Amino acid sequence: MRMAANPQSFKGRRHGPLGWLREQSYTGTARRKALMAYLFLLPTILGILIFTAGPVIVSLALSFFSWDVINDPVFIGFNNYRRLFHDQIVLTAFVNTGIFVVLAVSLQVLVGLLLAMRMQQRMPRWLRYVFRSAFFIPLLTSGATISVVMAYMFNQEFGTINYYLGLFGISAIPWLNDAKWAMITVVLTYVWQQLGFTFLVFTGGLKSISREILDAADVDGITGWRRAWYITIPLLSPSILFATVIGVIGALQVFTEPTVLTQGGPGDATRTAVMIIYEAAFQYLQVGYGSTVAVLLFVVILGVTGVQFWSSRRWVFYQ
Amino acid sequence: MSVIAVANRPAPSNRTRRAVFWTIGLLPLVVASVIIVAPVLWTVSSSLRTPAQSYTLPPEWLPIHPFWGNYQTVFTTVPYGRYVLNSAIVCIGVLAGQLVTAGLGGYAFARLNFPGKGLLFALIMATLMIPLQATIIPVFELISKLHLNDTLISLIVPAWATPFGVFLLRQYFMGLPHELEEAAVLDGATIWQVFWRIYLPLGLPGFAILAILTFNGTWNDYFRPLIFLTSQQNFTVPLGVVTLFGYLGTGSISVVLAGVVLSLLVVLAVYLIGQRYLIEGLTAGSLKS
Repeated sequence: MRMAANPQSFKGRRHGPLGWLREQSYTGTARRKALMAYLFLLPTILGILIFTAGPVIVSLALSFFSWDVINDPVFIGFNNYRRLFHDQIVLTAFVNTGIFVVLAVSLQVLVGLLLAMRMQQRMPRWLRYVFRSAFFIPLLTSGATISVVMAYMFNQEFGTINYYLGLFGISAIPWLNDAKWAMITVVLTYVWQQLGFTFLVFTGGLKSISREILDAADVDGITGWRRAWYITIPLLSPSILFATVIGVIGALQVFTEPTVLTQGGPGDATRTAVMIIYEAAFQYLQVGYGSTVAVLLFVVILGVTGVQFWSSRRWVFYQ
Repeated sequence: MSVIAVANRPAPSNRTRRAVFWTIGLLPLVVASVIIVAPVLWTVSSSLRTPAQSYTLPPEWLPIHPFWGNYQTVFTTVPYGRYVLNSAIVCIGVLAGQLVTAGLGGYAFARLNFPGKGLLFALIMATLMIPLQATIIPVFELISKLHLNDTLISLIVPAWATPFGVFLLRQYFMGLPHELEEAAVLDGATIWQVFWRIYLPLGLPGFAILAILTFNGTWNDYFRPLIFLTSQQNFTVPLGVVTLFGYLGTGSISVVLAGVVLSLLVVLAVYLIGQRYLIEGLTAGSLKS
């Protein structure tokens, strides 16, 4: 089709130093398109090189140095890594992060799934809108401001939550002052905010399940819980994989909620991996060591994501 | 049809049973929405109580005599107006840059052919995996070297190029029909004209999705402002609200909550304006298998 606009007769005619580019031929157009594409991509490539790809390599390099920002960095080989594996706080922080990820992601996926499946039920349009908005809007709020609100609501003495639990005869729970409860409070705050995401993913996934399969199940008399367990959930497994992978990547990087709610406490009960990176690099000015923890976290994220995709071959079912 | 419908009509007892099941089925949805909405309602109503009253339990869910004074106190306790202005500047700055880079980059990957396209796309997408924490330390050192720390620019420029933005707009441009380009080329349009006059206007909904996601993410960000900003007058809203919380602590809850409500108003406006784009954008990754 382009031949009509760029007659063959022009091919090979070059004028001046930029002739190769101006050439009125198929190859000339292709060259111009390629040049244009590189120009279009230049800002993206530069931005990613300077602020993402480059820094990741610098982080890796810094993990072999000791650097306090004021003096020159000193090369110390694997010393940061040796220190890392004997550092009790780092171990605690990664264990805390692991517990947080398991609790938060399972809660997020299970409740999101339940709500999305219940929304399949027939109901007036306005009611559907109310539910959908309620589940979705927290996702748009800031984790920092929501944590401020939750810090008040979960307060042991004057918190609204303990007041209402008290009406049921439950004595005041130390939501923020007890090591075990503090982790639960951080999880609940995080899930309160992130639930909308899994809900949306599952709502989308349910829409893509073919009507015929569900109708066939109905004809065979498979309904209710059995239909949900044997048909809907297996068909939804790609969405469950997606929600879990994205959920785990996000939860591994949790920082804002524990920082605002508990400052990592009581003790180190809610200190997370990213909090360690922040404290090491920006509060204690141990830039090299902070980078080492960051490298470790990156490796953990890659590893966990890889394992999830690898194991998904066993349980994810594509229509 | 109607005969069958009549024959299948359930007996009255069956109908009441169904109504009961329908209500039970709704129960999880009702419980979940109450749990989710309650903290927001509590925030709004408590921000309208006098600081002295803000501890009384049970909380007054509907303040009969709303007290608006807290909203003034917010602005006198901390430079809240300044926070809002800073957040707005950062959001607009990030948005402008990101729409340009992602628009051009996404278009190049979707519509132009060039040597190394597949490899370059794979490389850029690979950087999606890199968490912010793995880059933040060198970026901070770079920003400090340029003496840009504690400026709003430090939050804007590093956020311009994102693999997510390029990916989102590439997907969008790929979904637009090819025929328009062929027709335009026949009429003698240049490559730039094809982009600027044809695909850019058609791609506006895609840009809207990216804009609204970016705006929301930037408005709510806490991690980067915490690291880059040090002086009060440069703070963004989330950082400012946490600072206010630190100042007043449990002293006057209602003032802090007034600050929270003000920050939520923007979020609500974003939801009302862009819910269609938001939902489309957030599920874009999951639906395209």
